[in-house]
Amino acid sequence: MEKNGKTIVLGVIGSDCHAVGNKILDYAFTQAGFNVINIGVLSPQEDFINAAVETNADAIIVSSLYGHGEIDCRGMKEKCLEAGLEDILLYVGGNLVVGKQDFADVKKRFIAMGFDRVYPPGTDPQVGIKDLKHDLGIE
Amino acid sequence: MEAILLIDFGSTYTKLTAVDMENEEIIATAKALTTVDKDIMIGFNNAYSEIEEILKDKQVNFIEKLACSSAAGGLRMIAIGLVPELTAEAAKRAALGAGARILGVYSYELSRREMGEINSKKPDIILLAGGTDGGNKDCIIHNAKLIAENIKGVPIVVAGNKNAVDDIEDIFKSENIYYKVTDNVMPKLNMLNVEPAREVIREIFMEKIVEAKGMKNAENFINGILMPTPAAVLKAARVFADGTDKEEGIGDLIVIDIGGATTDVHSIGDGEPTKPGVTIRGLQEPYAKRTVEGDLGMRVSAISLWESAGTRRIRKFIPDTKFDIENRCRILQSNVDMLPQNEEEEEFDEALGMAATEIAMERHVGVLESVYTPMGVIYSQVGKDLLNVRHIIGTGGILVHSRHPKKILKAGFYNNETSEYLKPINPEVLIDKSYIMSAMGLLAEKYPDTAIRIMKKYIVKV
Ligand code: B12
Repeated sequence: MEKNGKTIVLGVIGSDCHAVGNKILDYAFTQAGFNVINIGVLSPQEDFINAAVETNADAIIVSSLYGHGEIDCRGMKEKCLEAGLEDILLYVGGNLVVGKQDFADVKKRFIAMGFDRVYPPGTDPQVGIKDLKHDLGIE
Repeated sequence: MEAILLIDFGSTYTKLTAVDMENEEIIATAKALTTVDKDIMIGFNNAYSEIEEILKDKQVNFIEKLACSSAAGGLRMIAIGLVPELTAEAAKRAALGAGARILGVYSYELSRREMGEINSKKPDIILLAGGTDGGNKDCIIHNAKLIAENIKGVPIVVAGNKNAVDDIEDIFKSENIYYKVTDNVMPKLNMLNVEPAREVIREIFMEKIVEAKGMKNAENFINGILMPTPAAVLKAARVFADGTDKEEGIGDLIVIDIGGATTDVHSIGDGEPTKPGVTIRGLQEPYAKRTVEGDLGMRVSAISLWESAGTRRIRKFIPDTKFDIENRCRILQSNVDMLPQNEEEEEFDEALGMAATEIAMERHVGVLESVYTPMGVIYSQVGKDLLNVRHIIGTGGILVHSRHPKKILKAGFYNNETSEYLKPINPEVLIDKSYIMSAMGLLAEKYPDTAIRIMKKYIVKV
């Protein structure tokens, strides 16, 4: 695997302890050449942001599996702006909300919150990787 | 007889400990007021003549004389990092473990105003960190530039993003700044790497600070002032816990040192969770960890101790006292040499010691946070889990002199009512009653086996 020189911060936000998907994402993004800073499960917004500041990350990849994604992600973009991370890309995926809601609607709400990309449940990590390479102009 | 003389140039007293290397015994101790303002050797000689007096009937040959020092304000340091919880915290931990007194911790890109502030604090050394290796460079380079322009004559330890080192060296060289580069205190996110910085801080302490503090002439008579006193205590604790190739240590331990101005806590142990299913969060903890509470002390900091603890918390330890708690603390702070004259005053001091122990331990140990889910409670841990630490050692004035040191230290044990603090559940209490920890730290530099055996003899169960 060849390094592509880009750094991402990866983690599962809030009081969410679903660990399996996080390990898979770590593996997939590392294989794709990213320098992955994995802050793991049970991670508050501040931990994502602090990690991104110290490591000069290019993107933050948030997972939320347990249905409280909307509450947990609120205000994250604003905090990034406060921390001087104006240009950092914000991606989010997993089971963002409870139950079967119309995804188009969910996506709209997360975009309004300042996320650059929002993925429905069960999205293949490769989809996110392809988008990220595109958004960072490395492919 | 061959002996080694160990010297602690303390802020108030210069303390001497003579060790018989053959029998591994302490053959004499003495102390005299530290005289750093005029000539550090005056106080030393006062104590030394006492030692000579004690040993006058023996043929003692001091083959080595080793010293540590916290005189002239101790090792005064500033720690600088990027994010407060990350590299700034890592820098602070490195400096504390090197035995420093932290004058301030700064984060993010600094301002000229902050430079003025740092200058006015008159640090001996500045530790400059920021960014993981390969991470943020802008901040540490910005701060290096500001330091080069604004702060003269203070040695700088650079322990940040390795990718910024070339730029920083150019900046410091062009401004003739004395600096040393070492490994990043946080090379990867949440990974702590404090030992290289601690070592470099010690080098600068020996090369520059001893002289700057007017203690160079001491080195004509003694073999060297090797480290700041708190670093010697931490070293002793570490050797005592870990042991050596030949000599077994006593395992994970905590040292509590309650002084007039501060309360220090040292812990040796990895602090990994002792319960299953606990997730660790945040910056890694140092294996040998030192924290210093500047607001918790028996005299100089008696009022701030009262302010931090509150009247009710102190009264909890001394429910029937006739003293007005606030008032008594004020009296103690304005009479720093005051010793308890009767049982009531003794009990009051003990209560202050207990409050200091309880709070200092709560700040030192890890905290377990519970997250409630329909599956039950899950836990995340920030800091060190010290529940199963087997020994807690008391040193410092009140603990050494009190008749009830165990009672005082029990305030630092695990408590069901505040079960989130991962304090030791039922450790054995040992007291450094001959006050030898710093001396043993010095001895352990060269003779660790002997130091352990002496500690086993003299640091005793109560
Ligand atoms: C195993 C499991 C658990 C285990 C977790 C063990 C552990 N530590 O990992 C335990 C039993 C502890 C658990 C607890 C709970 N769980 Co659960 N759990 C599951 C289960 C069965 C599998 C999760 C899993 O590992 N999947 C496999 C991995 C590989 O997939 P993944 O996590 O979805 O991640 C992938 C994708 O989502 C995607 N992805 C994720 N993030 C991102 C981000 C981007 C940018 C991209 C591109 C892709 C991407 O890539 C990942 C890798 O392929 C799911 C149901 C299911 N079949 O998915 C429920 C499920 C996730 N749990 C659920 C719930 C509600 C809970 C609980 C609240 C209580 C409960 N009713 O069980 C608690 C919450 C605990 C907490 N605080 O977090 C719900 C969530 C409902 C919702 N969001 O609407 C689910 C969907 C079950 C359900 N259908 O009700 N759970």
